[in-house]
Amino acid sequence: MRRYVVVRIVSVLPTLLGVSFAVFLMVRLIPGTVVDQIIGTEGTYSAETVRSLRAFFGLDAPLHVQYGRWLWSALHGDLGTSWRTGLPVLQMILARLQVTAELTLGAMVVAMLIGVPLGILSARRENTALDHVVRVTSLFSLSIPVFWQATMLILAGSLWLNWAPPVDFVSPLAHPARNFGIMALPSLVLGTAAAAVFMRMTRSSLLEVMSQDFVRTARAKGLSERSVVWGHAFKNSLIPLITIAGIQVGYLLGGAVVTEEVFTLPGVGRLLLGAVVQRDYPLVQGTILFIAALFMLSNLVVDLLYAVIDPRIRRG
Amino acid sequence: MDEVAAAHEPAPVAGWRVALRPTLRNRLVLFGAILVLALVTLAVFARAIAPYDPTEMKVADALRAPSWAHPFGTDRFGRDVLSRTIYGSRIAFGVAISSIGMALAVGTVLGLIGGYFGGWADVAIGRVMDIWFSFPTLILAIAIAAMLGPGLDNAVLAIAGVYAPLFSRVARGSVIAERAKDHVVAALGLGAGAPRIILRHVLPNIAAPLIVQASVSLAYAILTEASLSYLGLGTQPPDPSWGTMLNEGRTYLETAPWMSIFPGLAIMLAVLAFNLCGDGLRSVLDPQLRGR
Repeated sequence: MRRYVVVRIVSVLPTLLGVSFAVFLMVRLIPGTVVDQIIGTEGTYSAETVRSLRAFFGLDAPLHVQYGRWLWSALHGDLGTSWRTGLPVLQMILARLQVTAELTLGAMVVAMLIGVPLGILSARRENTALDHVVRVTSLFSLSIPVFWQATMLILAGSLWLNWAPPVDFVSPLAHPARNFGIMALPSLVLGTAAAAVFMRMTRSSLLEVMSQDFVRTARAKGLSERSVVWGHAFKNSLIPLITIAGIQVGYLLGGAVVTEEVFTLPGVGRLLLGAVVQRDYPLVQGTILFIAALFMLSNLVVDLLYAVIDPRIRRG
Repeated sequence: MDEVAAAHEPAPVAGWRVALRPTLRNRLVLFGAILVLALVTLAVFARAIAPYDPTEMKVADALRAPSWAHPFGTDRFGRDVLSRTIYGSRIAFGVAISSIGMALAVGTVLGLIGGYFGGWADVAIGRVMDIWFSFPTLILAIAIAAMLGPGLDNAVLAIAGVYAPLFSRVARGSVIAERAKDHVVAALGLGAGAPRIILRHVLPNIAAPLIVQASVSLAYAILTEASLSYLGLGTQPPDPSWGTMLNEGRTYLETAPWMSIFPGLAIMLAVLAFNLCGDGLRSVLDPQLRGR
């Protein structure tokens, strides 16, 4: 097991390095250079000004040297300084991480609480009216854009309940009840689309396990349907669900950008959007690298969990 | 050699007819197909169907509620929301088809090269794809759009860039499975070159999973375009993209909710239509899912 963990962690490092290089290149590939973006198209600037700006941003060095410097700083926790605020990028991200983490976790809980039981119900009533209703509902849920669902819920709240989403965010540690009031609806909105994925995967995974020989044996020895499903089939059908949970973290982190925008939540997603609009490239670069690293970390945790649950993986 | 090779070639047309028959018998898939057809017809004949010019401003008619003259109401500039929603389907389908077409072409070529030739090319392509898959989809699309700048063409490139690795993975896996089959081994033994084997023996046989992937990806491409436009990174005003229309409607949510309701419904219907078709095709073409 320990060997598997070490091998898996080491295997992530080249990809992480590649991700960092891709993020580094991203800003360098912007049409024109960063200096052109700052100077803009209006007014004239001497060659000396351009040269000094290039030197200031380290753009006068060869690409590999620039990457080396940038990576070295990133490894020391320095993701650069925001051009707009002058604050360290990492500090800005960490200040907003709580909101995004809470939203992503909340949405994941919603997705699992809705998706897994519906998937089990659908599988156990395969090809009945209930199964069809659940499957069609899940397809609808997958087809509704998060931002539209959020907009419609806000509209319904304002029309019928005279309710508007709160503007100020409060920490769950300081005001748990108020925080719940702020985060419940965004988590529900973001979680429902992911719930459809969980429902579909639970259903197909459970149906596949239910058709295997050991389930037939369990039935043949006279076990009740309840203990066949819960004692034998369900546990085995959980394994693909864990993989899906890992993939869904990526979806939720992306969806968090839109959800935070609709509900004006001060999270990492809105930080990224603001940085993109304001062309604050160090902040764009740092935020994307941070989100990608977070996604890779969650996939790594999922892979390790997979090995804990399924002995075949760590032995294979 | 040609006769022998031809004897091993599949008859794709008849196979497709046989495969499509049960797909269309499924009522949900049929509904999806009809919906796709209806929406595509709207997009193609938008000029004839839309009652007004989608960009024509009539400030005197601003923020009118739905009526016989304007069934979906008007927006803040007095533009007809129905006409804009109809024209919006052009942008949605145009972006989805061109971006997924590009992703399909690039991804399939990369997957064919990696899967067929193996070796360092496969390793190199695989590593780059691993890196690409490390970014959440929407974040990657935002990153590419941020890099290229907002706009319709750049949104197409961003979406193509996001989905190409998916097609590469699907193609690679299918090519590896197909390469080991007798008809490919026979063609190799008869001295056929790599281009001929890839084009005549491998590609037609890996088309099914790629088509299923394309159908599902079209749905997600429409959603991604709408999300980018909603965030201000895709289609730019005054072009009537559904995402842009929803973004414009935010400010008037309480006074003119129709500005937000109809474009959102249009997105949902379009995505649902492709999801239904993709689901149906998958259940027919994937033997493990048949009947589920």
